[in-house]
Amino acid sequence: MSTIAADARLSSRALARAQSAVRLRHYLSKTGTVVLSLAIIVWSIAPIYNMVLISLEPEGDVFTDHIWPRVPSVESFWGVLTQGHWYLEHFWRQFANSLYIGAMVTFFALLIGSLTSFAIGRMRIRHGWLVSNAALLTYVIPASFLAIPFYRIMQNYGLSNNPWSVIAALVAFATPYAIFVFQEYGRSIPIEVDESARIDGASPPQIYLRIYLPLMAPALVAVGTYALLLAWNEYLYQFLLLSSKSSMTVPVALAQFLSSDQSPWNYMMATAIIYAMPPVAIYYAFRRRMAAGLTMGGVKG
Amino acid sequence: MNSVSAVDVSRPALHRRTLSRSLRGSLKGGEYTWALAFVVPYLVVFVTFVAYPVVYGLWMGSDASLYRELFADPIYQSTVVNTILYLALGVNVKMFLALLLSGFFMRPGRWMKALLLIFVLPWAVPQISTFISIHWMLNGEWGFLNNVLYKFFHIEGPSWLNDRWMALGAVIVSHIWKWTPFWTLILLAGRMAIPLEIRDTARVDGATGLKGFVHITFPLLANLYLICTLLSTIFLLGDFNAVNFVSGGGPANSTHVLATLGIRDAFEIAHPRLGVAAVMSALPLVIPLVIVLMRKLRTTEVQL
Repeated sequence: MSTIAADARLSSRALARAQSAVRLRHYLSKTGTVVLSLAIIVWSIAPIYNMVLISLEPEGDVFTDHIWPRVPSVESFWGVLTQGHWYLEHFWRQFANSLYIGAMVTFFALLIGSLTSFAIGRMRIRHGWLVSNAALLTYVIPASFLAIPFYRIMQNYGLSNNPWSVIAALVAFATPYAIFVFQEYGRSIPIEVDESARIDGASPPQIYLRIYLPLMAPALVAVGTYALLLAWNEYLYQFLLLSSKSSMTVPVALAQFLSSDQSPWNYMMATAIIYAMPPVAIYYAFRRRMAAGLTMGGVKG
Repeated sequence: MNSVSAVDVSRPALHRRTLSRSLRGSLKGGEYTWALAFVVPYLVVFVTFVAYPVVYGLWMGSDASLYRELFADPIYQSTVVNTILYLALGVNVKMFLALLLSGFFMRPGRWMKALLLIFVLPWAVPQISTFISIHWMLNGEWGFLNNVLYKFFHIEGPSWLNDRWMALGAVIVSHIWKWTPFWTLILLAGRMAIPLEIRDTARVDGATGLKGFVHITFPLLANLYLICTLLSTIFLLGDFNAVNFVSGGGPANSTHVLATLGIRDAFEIAHPRLGVAAVMSALPLVIPLVIVLMRKLRTTEVQL
């Protein structure tokens, strides 16, 4: 009896020890998660917090040592929205330029990309793989390496300071991605759909417009978002090709602030935040749609 | 889930060729004209805005004396060192962090989803905004970082951007900050694509934790990880913004990389051919990378 009781006592003690070990491990892993989560939050937010902090400073308060706004002021945001600083005279014009370039790049990347992938993937044109390879090659060439010859060519064409030179460059770099995603997505649509339409006498443009485009809607949204963000976030080509104050875009104007010694940092950060709002809103709104083919979101910026 | 369907394409490709041959007969004259008309816009864009600039660039940089001038330039020599460091650290630290963090974000729970939303913020906010902010954060006198160091630890922080190695380090860290979320999402999608049965079976067989990672997860992710590393290498090689806005190539032109040096030579000292030569000197690295990547991207269907 006593041995059994001792065994039971022993096993219950072992059990308790095992339980406490499990509890300790659980506790440790929970603490680890909390610590790592906090580190991730601080790390991700710091530069963005800095942006907000400085934008909320009143004019003379930028050069101080505090780490939270003492007297939060929206003066600088108001200054940007009403173009109240001489640096910001053309802000709305520049905002419109960014929008225009973004809209045109999106439209042409979708149009050219969908036509191409329709011809390659659905109509199976001869040597279509050559076109796919050209697109793939474009995708893996760093865009910034082509900037100097591109600039020279645009000057020869007399297109410097013209938004269409930027649109051309960005369409050339956004379309390859569009072609991949469309071809990939198109594989999920049975070819028989097209075949039966053909037998019914539909011409290729009719199939493209009435069948292909509607079925591709989710991919169009994903690629459209990608192209819009790419154009909105791009800097180098816009900087090189657009130099006058009224033709430049927001990122170029933002960078102009930096070249001055007496930068009005609060206005600059307010501009940076207003400029960042549309892409952040689009990103979070279309997050799920974009997940269809995780976007490169401006990797080729 | 189609993000990492590792499909062996060699057989379907063969299949497709015979299929297209059989279809060509059925692609009637009029339809063939239409198909051509649909491809022409892209071909025009490719030839005018990609192929022509490539050829033009090759022609601009074809003079051997340019390279003699370039290699003798001490700024170019330090640029090469910077580029190598930027590539080696920027790509690998970032990809390794992304690999670890993608495992962390596999944990279940609503908290993880919320954390992921915060985590992708650096990627969602435009580069120019955040890099300018980081530039000011690192200001020696009034920067946020030194203010925090002083407030909490009473440490007088240095002028981060006035020293070559600290400035280069700042650029590398900024790059890692900006792009880790993106690659984490890609690797997270890759991990999610591993069938649940494989993970469950492995767990039952005792392959948990590190063991499970080494023997199950990583072998299945290895190809994706390799492609991501190569892609990230080539994207980083062409990266202009991080250097241009965080350090501006300074102090005294000591933190340039090839992409920014090319633009500086072409537009600041108005010697476009030298700028092209600076960029072209990366070709011995770019060409093999492009070849390997094109083969990899064609045969494995990684959708990014």
